[in-house]
Amino acid sequence: MQIRRSVIRDALGIGIATGAYALSFGAISTAAGLSLLQTCALSVLMFTGASQFALVGVVGAGGSVWAGAATAALLGSRNALYGVRLSSLLERSGWKRAAAAHFVIDETTAMSIARDSVPESRLAFWATGAAVFTLWNLGTLIGALATHALPDPKVLGFDAAPPAAFLALLAPRLRAREPMAIALGAGVVALVCLPFVPAGVPLLIVAVLVAIFGIVRSRG
Amino acid sequence: MMWAGVLVACASCYALKLAGLSLPASVLQDPRVQRTVPLVPVALLAALVATQTFSTGHHLVLDVRAAALAVAIAAVLLRAPFLVVVASAAATAALLRLL
Repeated sequence: MQIRRSVIRDALGIGIATGAYALSFGAISTAAGLSLLQTCALSVLMFTGASQFALVGVVGAGGSVWAGAATAALLGSRNALYGVRLSSLLERSGWKRAAAAHFVIDETTAMSIARDSVPESRLAFWATGAAVFTLWNLGTLIGALATHALPDPKVLGFDAAPPAAFLALLAPRLRAREPMAIALGAGVVALVCLPFVPAGVPLLIVAVLVAIFGIVRSRG
Repeated sequence: MMWAGVLVACASCYALKLAGLSLPASVLQDPRVQRTVPLVPVALLAALVATQTFSTGHHLVLDVRAAALAVAIAAVLLRAPFLVVVASAAATAALLRLL
């Protein structure tokens, strides 16, 4: 009972934290030119933070929505690996699995695999998923509505917000030397190609190069 | 066009999540996949930071966004919460434009 309560308390804590960060997603998405409905649709249907920020970031910087969509999908590839780790912990029945898939994100994976037994992992997964989903969408709506009322988002520094959001998402992944080197290399490569290719394409070039790097490295 | 892109992106992200739960573990436990996939967000997020700070359209530029990024880096190093990192960067850009 006590464990149950602590799982739910942790889930709410994470939900509130991500809700606060959804405020900035709603604001950035609206400032990038997406409608209120499109912004909310991303949080309901895509429901994976980094991909959502990437799509609206690319659109806001003048790239095509298709370049943004490709970047979002590439960033979403890590969720497939989370699924592998969660697969043995979650329900196997068809519709529950299809519903669970929507909740496979950074936060639910971290909370679920940290638990000691399958029932606790399952509870942590669903409680975290429900809390984050609810507050993520609420935060998005509030952030988008607040920004809708503003005359010129650039005056308030909204164009400087997306890089800070990407940085905050990146920082926890930089705890070793190799990811740090990859991050610096990726930044330089993207800036070098930027003048010569359509907007958003530097990101795809970076993705291809890092994939080649990863495959070559895992052989040796 | 915007809607089509948004919906295709949402469908792709859901398909990836479902694939992880549904594909035989051997496919995704291939060492090449396990090594490569975690590197992709690192590279993409870093490329997003760089391009959205130092460019406008097809031109490389150095403007108040660089100062905003420096403030964001300081906030991250101080372990500030997500919203504080983003808000401090936006406030820096807004204040410098007022000067």
